[in-house]
Amino acid sequence: MSAETAAGGTPAPGTTVSMTMIEAIRSAHHVMMERDERVVAFGEDAGAFGGVFRCTEGLQERFGEARCFDTPISELGIVATAIGMAVNGLRPVAEIQFADYVYPGYDQIVSEAARMRFRSAGDFTSPIVVRMPVGGGIYGGNTHSQSPEALFTHVAGLITMIPSNPYDAKGMLISAIECNDPVIFLEPKRVYNGPFDGDHDKPLVPWSKDPRGDVPEGHYTVPIGKAAVARPGNDVTILTYGTMVHVAMNAAEQAQVDAEILDLRTLLPLDLEAIVASVEKTGRCLVVHEATRTSGFGAELSAQVQEECFYSLEAPIVRVAGWDTPYPYSQEWEYFPGPNRVLAGLRRVMED
Amino acid sequence: MTVADLQPAGDAYRPPTDVAARDIMDLAFGLIRVLDDEGMAHGPWIPNLSRDTLVEILGTMFTTRAYDARMMKAQRQGKTSFSMRSRGEEAIGATTAKVMGPDDMCFPTYRQASYLIGRGQDPLVMMNQVYGNAADLNRGTQISGMYTAADLGFFSISGNLATQMPQAVGWAMAAKAKGEPTAALGFVGDGSTAEGDMHAALTFASTYRPPVILAIVNNQYAISTDEEVARGSAQTFAQRGIGYGLPSLRVDGNDVLAIHSATSWARDRALDGHGPTVIEFVTYRASAHSSSDDPTRYRPEDEFDEFPLGDPIKRLRLHLQHLGYTNDQANELDTTIRVMIEAKNDEAEAIGTINTGERPPLSKTFELVYETMPAHLVRQQKQAGLQ
Ligand SMILES: Cc1ncc(C[n+]2csc(CCOP(=O)(O)OP(=O)(O)O)c2C)c(N)n1
Ligand SMILES: [Mg+2]
Repeated sequence: MSAETAAGGTPAPGTTVSMTMIEAIRSAHHVMMERDERVVAFGEDAGAFGGVFRCTEGLQERFGEARCFDTPISELGIVATAIGMAVNGLRPVAEIQFADYVYPGYDQIVSEAARMRFRSAGDFTSPIVVRMPVGGGIYGGNTHSQSPEALFTHVAGLITMIPSNPYDAKGMLISAIECNDPVIFLEPKRVYNGPFDGDHDKPLVPWSKDPRGDVPEGHYTVPIGKAAVARPGNDVTILTYGTMVHVAMNAAEQAQVDAEILDLRTLLPLDLEAIVASVEKTGRCLVVHEATRTSGFGAELSAQVQEECFYSLEAPIVRVAGWDTPYPYSQEWEYFPGPNRVLAGLRRVMED
Repeated sequence: MTVADLQPAGDAYRPPTDVAARDIMDLAFGLIRVLDDEGMAHGPWIPNLSRDTLVEILGTMFTTRAYDARMMKAQRQGKTSFSMRSRGEEAIGATTAKVMGPDDMCFPTYRQASYLIGRGQDPLVMMNQVYGNAADLNRGTQISGMYTAADLGFFSISGNLATQMPQAVGWAMAAKAKGEPTAALGFVGDGSTAEGDMHAALTFASTYRPPVILAIVNNQYAISTDEEVARGSAQTFAQRGIGYGLPSLRVDGNDVLAIHSATSWARDRALDGHGPTVIEFVTYRASAHSSSDDPTRYRPEDEFDEFPLGDPIKRLRLHLQHLGYTNDQANELDTTIRVMIEAKNDEAEAIGTINTGERPPLSKTFELVYETMPAHLVRQQKQAGLQ
């Protein structure tokens, strides 16, 4: 079985410090900019201000304006210049302020970055990282809440990652920066400050109270393409990622079902080995994501599980996902696929 | 903050509305101003406006400022998740709302609440949207401040910056195709001019010459980012239009008289068939970008006091005094408006806020995704426990 309870990757030397996911992302930038002078970071308000979520705070002060800077408000420009810089030897880490605003840069990601190696017979490559906060739960309405992962996993040539905790966020971002292919790095903003489990009426538990918030200060990696077992179990496999890892944990506890929760971490390339091993063990599979259901990444997951594990399945695969509507504002908590919806999904998959 | 090329009030010439763009290129580098620091009006751009109209515009600015402050307080009280003010730049919306005709269309950003108020929107309707309550005409689907009001010629605000600019051009192309005597007015922030959408807007405007005004509101900041990051090596934003062969005016955005006059010039030009105009309104974003922003992290707290174009409300009040409308009269109007805003707010809160009272049901999220709800949404609605 390839999924690990510990994160895997290279071991981390030195001391650990309690970090939020924001601090962990900042630390990954810091470590890489310190080690590799080709690494540059930029985006809207990413310079002196340190980004609207503070993920690049202090970088300009430490590394200067040439290596961390504000850009004009053009996602097209941000992605395209990142590609150009990468072609000329830099390792750009570009921030898109919200995933909801990536679309002006989508053509550059899909038609250019993703295909650069392929179309140029390896003459040119595009080792860029495009970071962006995703997901809802912050009363941000339809322009601050989207989960567009499937728009990237559908594109050949891209790597798409999404961490669920500070430890993974740092190790995964370092892997992304070191990767020679373009990486879309999705950051579930609702868990920036703590493992939000979907119970929005409860106060948020901060990462300082969670062991996954203990982050090594130095360089370490969490490998691309490796899922993690967020919760071991025997009766049902829950495939999920990002914020929904924590919501699924909450639901599994409430349901008192011995669920195995796989935190996929990298959506493409997918850790099929870990998925198959788990589903063959449990015989049941629930897929959970925040994104809209139709043509969502869950459709890909169900298809693969059906293809690979058909004879192990004791019940139809069930998907819990966002409704197929734009993300609303007032109806946030009726829309968000919270613990109750996951719980209902769990009951259904356990039925037959 | 640096404001280059201040020109004294009354100094800029006023060309005929059929002038060729190449003959007025210098207007993109100067600053059209009418009101001086003492509130006196000067020069060829003095508009022909009655005192009553000016008082109406003052009222719109008072209403906007009181409304914005009240909604920010509501955000701090946790009654809405988000709030954006336009303090310091109310004159632009309040004045252009008076220039545009009843059948014209404004393509606004979130910074043009004063346009909507100037078109006669009831602040209660806007508050219901901010609170996302059961009476919200947006049915709880948009974050606060993203209004829509087709009946008032106010296009649905998008959270995605600059998208409205090429749409305004398209709207005007349709007006031209239909032969209707209407014009579109698109607004975009200084920072947002960097989006590719703006290039598309300018290019299509240049090619098809429809009746559209492309207004750039330069309020010195894009969140924390100084306007010079988007402006780059250019001297002004107005000068963007020159490369596209469009007449381009740089206008004091805190001077109601200059705004009125320049916008009227552009609208007359558009309706006479002479095509688009680019206008840069120079102003200052006196408050934080939004309720999520803390401007003390990137600019001096007293910077607004240093802004050379002042506060548009103070400047109009001063001018009105010369016309015999006293400070006491203005104060009385302001007080009446504040009382009205409080009363409207009580009314809105009584209906509901983001976490109290009556809210739009989840069914509203499923409606209007399509004209007719497709089967998969009907199914999902049932799964959600609705009919
Ligand atoms: C496409 C897109 N990119 C980024 C954002 C995030 N964002 C919202 S407002 C803003 C700053 C806009 O500045 P400016 O155009 O100057 O307008 P102002 O807020 O000053 O009125 C940014 C970057 C967005 N809403 N849409
Ligand atoms: Mg601005």
